[in-house]
Amino acid sequence: MSSSPAKIETEELSDGAERYVLTGDWRNHSIAAVLKDLEQFEKSGGQSKVEIDLSGVSGIDTAGAWLIRRLMTAKSGEGREASLSGGNGSIEELISALPETTPAPPAAGPDKRSRFERIFTPPGKLVFEVGRDFYAAMNILGSAVRGAQLKFGRGAGVSPASVVTHIDRMGVRAVPIIVLMSFLIGAIIAQQGAFQLRYFGAEIFVVDLVGILQLREIGVLLTAIMIAGRSGSAITAEIGSMKMREEIDALTVIGLNPIGVLIFPRLVALTIALPLLTIIANFAALYGAAVVALLYSGITFDTYLSRLHEAIDHTSIASGMIKAPFMALAIGIVAAVEGMKVGGSAESLGQHVTASVVKAIFAVILIDALFAIFYSAIDF
Amino acid sequence: MEREAKDDRQVVLSVRDLTVGFGDKIVLDNLNLDIYRGEILGFVGASGTGKSVLMRTVLRLLPHRSGTIEILGSNYEKASDEERIALDTRLGVLFQHGALFSALTVKENIQLPMREYLDLPQSLMDELAYVKLEMVGLPPDAADKYPSELSGGMIKRAALARALALDPDLVFLDEPTSGLDPIGAADFDALIAKLRDTLGLTVYMVTHDLDSLFSVCDRIAVLGEKRVLVEGTLQDMFAFDDPWVQSYFRGKRARTVVTNENQPADTRSADAGPTEAGK
Repeated sequence: MSSSPAKIETEELSDGAERYVLTGDWRNHSIAAVLKDLEQFEKSGGQSKVEIDLSGVSGIDTAGAWLIRRLMTAKSGEGREASLSGGNGSIEELISALPETTPAPPAAGPDKRSRFERIFTPPGKLVFEVGRDFYAAMNILGSAVRGAQLKFGRGAGVSPASVVTHIDRMGVRAVPIIVLMSFLIGAIIAQQGAFQLRYFGAEIFVVDLVGILQLREIGVLLTAIMIAGRSGSAITAEIGSMKMREEIDALTVIGLNPIGVLIFPRLVALTIALPLLTIIANFAALYGAAVVALLYSGITFDTYLSRLHEAIDHTSIASGMIKAPFMALAIGIVAAVEGMKVGGSAESLGQHVTASVVKAIFAVILIDALFAIFYSAIDF
Repeated sequence: MEREAKDDRQVVLSVRDLTVGFGDKIVLDNLNLDIYRGEILGFVGASGTGKSVLMRTVLRLLPHRSGTIEILGSNYEKASDEERIALDTRLGVLFQHGALFSALTVKENIQLPMREYLDLPQSLMDELAYVKLEMVGLPPDAADKYPSELSGGMIKRAALARALALDPDLVFLDEPTSGLDPIGAADFDALIAKLRDTLGLTVYMVTHDLDSLFSVCDRIAVLGEKRVLVEGTLQDMFAFDDPWVQSYFRGKRARTVVTNENQPADTRSADAGPTEAGK
């Protein structure tokens, strides 16, 4: 069990044969020293017989045995007779158990595509990818609505228990973080607004600013982004890991539509939870703004409320709230599409969860922009 | 304990007074076990008796309450960090479901331990990966596949190749032949016996496969009543008076195997297993 590094030396025998004398420890942690010498010996050439003397080898494993095997193969490739000597039997047995050669690494051929193809292939793929995503999203939306009906017995439709569970997980448990975030956002908007409006002696209009901005845009947008990160990722991870473990296949075989069973309750729950969370977010933000208005600008709660009453009407509230269910649907569908795309590896799960969050946030902002255009067109 | 006086075989794994429990439930109670160099120890026991718990405890994936575990002559708990790493490189584990890294190809899975522990050029690591694949009986084109593209039997073989990547002294196999067809399972048994003979491996094999127990295992240990109920050769199992052991080794399924292989089973016990032949 000595751990002197592996060594190989060559000597001429009296009958003209060549003998390689191997000494030291030929195990994987100590063979690095001998690799260069071996490479030379493998290419050395010659006509005489070759004898490989193993008597000095103190330890050997597959790696060392493979090197000896490779040397023998190289020598017999030169047309020389290679033999082993001095081993204790088990070394020879190990060497003979190894294959003579390993497949050569595949040569990476030059990229034969034209420059045009190389430049335009990636964006083309991207376009088709977007198209397929849209198609899959519509497929999921359709099967979610129809798939839930497709079962015998126990009536059709969605199971209330499942929806309530998901409202609890996606809605109720998100309340603390949504309240905190919105409170701070309201406070920040109020402080910045008051600071700028102070120059014009119009600090009271900070109430209009916060009220309209929060109710029409910020409240629903930030809540949706938070939910995309919080629940969208969870949906993708759940469905993706179920796909990896063949649970989705099991549902199909049992005769249940996996989209109807798994995704529809989540979509319903999200569509209910997101508007409710938006309302909570709006209250929290307006309260945060009121606190800052009092402390920073000296606007009392009474003044704040009466000013708020004048500044906003039901259209401000409605225009924000209408967006919430659409955003919820977008988050849920994007998450489900990405979840169903998960392949066999842990890496692919990570990629699709990331993609789910990024695409969901993008979709939410896109929806917000479309609504903004729509509202300005109809003067809402 | 009486075994130590019996012969001078080298103990590779020695477990003394091991107690493992979860909460107020004791799974293993003062368990003793020895494994000798160059032997294949088959480990059996009813489902839920703690075979996997024992293996995971020995591998330090689970904590134990008391007792000592000595692997390859060193006690892991008292070892320094360097000794622990050195010890880890001398162990190989085949998990029940393979536990191949899903993001890496088979070749990269096999090369991962080599890459981390050895200073070898990539070309040699590629060759060694192919050698290991050949040894476990996988075709070379499996090297560039991902685990999700392999069949169950191929996953087992690829996982064995990874377990053998660093030529360990002691290999743990958790139900290596479960889920394989009988021919594949027999091949796998033959492969493990061949690796033991050529590489001098010591094998700790948890298995329910009676064919494996009868064909490749030198010794069998039965886990029951929170300890090793009995250990010894197949003949010891037949002689041991315990209802579970009797029904396991003399049950309907066992009888067909024994009657078919009666001859080889007897010859095996006649030369008292290869362990005493100085392997």
